[in-house]
Amino acid sequence: MKKVYPDAKAALDGLLFDGMTIMSGGFGLCGIPEKLIAALVASGVKGLTVISNNAGVDDFGLGLLLQTRQIRKMISSYVGENATFERQFLAGELELEFNPQGTLAERIRAGGAGIPGFYTKTGVGTLIAEGKEHKEFDGQTFVLERGLKSDLSIVKAWKGDAQGNLVFRKTARNFNPMMATAGKVTVAEVEELVPVGALHPDAIHTPGIFVQRIVEGANYEKRVEKRTVRETA
Amino acid sequence: MAWTRDDLARVAARELRDGFYVNLGIGIPTLVANYIPAGMDVTLQSENGMLGMGPFPMPNEVDPDLINAGKQTITELDRTSYFSSADSFAMIRGGHIDLSILGAMEVSETGDLANWMVPGKLVKGMGGAMDLVAGVKRCVVTMDHTDKAGNSKVLKACTLPLTGKACVHRVITNLGVFDVVPGGLKPMELAPGVTRDEVKAKTEARLV
Repeated sequence: MKKVYPDAKAALDGLLFDGMTIMSGGFGLCGIPEKLIAALVASGVKGLTVISNNAGVDDFGLGLLLQTRQIRKMISSYVGENATFERQFLAGELELEFNPQGTLAERIRAGGAGIPGFYTKTGVGTLIAEGKEHKEFDGQTFVLERGLKSDLSIVKAWKGDAQGNLVFRKTARNFNPMMATAGKVTVAEVEELVPVGALHPDAIHTPGIFVQRIVEGANYEKRVEKRTVRETA
Repeated sequence: MAWTRDDLARVAARELRDGFYVNLGIGIPTLVANYIPAGMDVTLQSENGMLGMGPFPMPNEVDPDLINAGKQTITELDRTSYFSSADSFAMIRGGHIDLSILGAMEVSETGDLANWMVPGKLVKGMGGAMDLVAGVKRCVVTMDHTDKAGNSKVLKACTLPLTGKACVHRVITNLGVFDVVPGGLKPMELAPGVTRDEVKAKTEARLV
């Protein structure tokens, strides 16, 4: 089975349809699949439900798909950095579902692991829990949350091989590993495609079984959202 | 003299204990890292997937793959480990984090916390705050005691949508330190020059 594709456009070929649900990895602009997002913009696919912790900024990341109005609904934990998002949401053009960040991560993990729902104490007694099933365990109240799956997951890794094995780098890992497990199809983009055998088997974060297609990107922008430095060591 | 932002961070830093794993929220809580006592071993967790957070980088050390939960560039330490968001919230929800220090918009006398949403205003989202307050062993909030008009933000019951119910253990405001105890809030310490009468006048919650 050939998993390696020559570019992001080719890696998405035949997978896209209007109204589909897409998971997109990253935290802020860190660890986002910037090449595959650009290919989604170019494809013109629309009416998307996008599951992603954040919504990018106006002119980078998922913000690009918002500008072109290809997204119908976002499932996120925090969207505060995007003015396009704000405008479309206030105009009623965009649907939004907030999930607590840990609940979002676990919903994706559960979806990928074949677990349809789980109980958590996060959000009990808040708006988030309204209308959801509650249950007592050991004297504490928990709320039922559902697992999440996607038609397509797009993830970003540092290194990968032709088997689809992935290694992430530093805090660019974030939501990418769980999203890779929860896609009907998962497409990974990597900064470096290495020969099979070059990644140490003990160091692989995402085993290749979760990745159906892989593409090596070039000239990564990897934009920094809030450059914060100190002047003295 | 009510406490300043830096005073609040310094006072909140007294919550730290040797060996603690700690998650600091955005704003004043982030400043607490500047007041970790010398010789005390404290490990900072960042919920985007990092344990052992170092200081901000020098200009030549900036790495786009290395940020904190506030999306600021950061550095790693010898002890640092990285992990997924699922593992990160296993630490948080699973009760493995000793202490979280968070900002607050309102707090109630029963330890309810509101810090993520003002109805009618654009909502940015709760991020990891609901998971933190539901899961960590101890939750301390730092906040202004009153709003700009002088109305108390330390209330009998929160008016804003909650982040968590009965989740706050200690409230540190610009006027003093208050513990959530049965029956209400117990003043533990007042800022220099702040009187018990002033606190009473500016607090809607029951003081015990």
